[in-house]
Amino acid sequence: MSDIQAIPLPGQPSTLSFHLSEEHHPQHGTLLGFWLYLMSDCLVFACLFAVYAVLGRNYAGGPTGAQIFELPVVALNTAFLLLSSITYGFAMLEMQRNGKRAMLAWLAITGLLGACFLFLELREFGHLIAIGAGPQRSAFLSSFFTLVGTHGLHVTFGIVWLVTLMVQVGKKGLIAENKRRLMCLSMFWHFLDVVWIGVFSFVYLMGVLP
Amino acid sequence: MSAHTEHHDDGHGHDDGASHSTLKGYMTGFVLAAILTAIPFWLVMTGQFEKSSTTAAVVLGLAAVQMIVHMIYFLHMDAKSQGGWNMLALIFTLVMVVITLSGSIWVMYHLDHNMMPSMMDVKSLP
Repeated sequence: MSDIQAIPLPGQPSTLSFHLSEEHHPQHGTLLGFWLYLMSDCLVFACLFAVYAVLGRNYAGGPTGAQIFELPVVALNTAFLLLSSITYGFAMLEMQRNGKRAMLAWLAITGLLGACFLFLELREFGHLIAIGAGPQRSAFLSSFFTLVGTHGLHVTFGIVWLVTLMVQVGKKGLIAENKRRLMCLSMFWHFLDVVWIGVFSFVYLMGVLP
Repeated sequence: MSAHTEHHDDGHGHDDGASHSTLKGYMTGFVLAAILTAIPFWLVMTGQFEKSSTTAAVVLGLAAVQMIVHMIYFLHMDAKSQGGWNMLALIFTLVMVVITLSGSIWVMYHLDHNMMPSMMDVKSLP
């Protein structure tokens, strides 16, 4: 067993060298890795969308989408999320300019818009459960709560992350590490907006169609 | 102007990946996204089309276009970012998403169709 290891071949240096200096090292390994995480998250949402596509019309004699969805509220929610996307974009522009205070202000606005979105969504969930249209009522409502709730959970953790980064930037300033983290959160936040496009189109708008 | 930008990128060795995001890009994306959001809501809330299937097709088509707009202007996707690995991962994911969605809908539709109560002999069930 032990005679396999560490026999230096003739003509080779005895110390191990990996020639790392000549390898092409990816410049943004973290950003690429985070992108891969987002893509796997995308598959999670694809499965939940597939579940909703299969079960979305199984009302089990309960309320239908046309009866319970309030499109004006959904439109307001969509506006909140879209606005939060553009304000995060403004924060990124300020970050490039090293404008720390302006960036923190834009981040705070982004977080507030995200909180408004969550508030409206939770209010809708609470209303549905109060009128007896909770997740256990029908297959349609189970898949609806799972899909929309998972998105809401992502937004919640996005806000937690955003507040964390605001504290970190406030303490350490716009150092390279914080910029990298802010760029990861930027991808996360915009990705959530892309998922929401699917939710409002596929679940809400198509759900109220006869 | 663009030559200056390229020189800037080369000189700093890509020290931040979002160096090409501009106010103009974000505003273009935002205006396009707002229009592409408003149209489907208007179509559904005012009932422009008689047939639901027409509305559904238009809503889904606009959603796909809006997703592409977000990818380009907000997520800064292009074929060159991360040496093409971003795009490769995205294409792979899209293939998986299409297989998952279309496969589930297709299979489950036929399952529903073939398992209608009228087609089953109730007496033969245990």
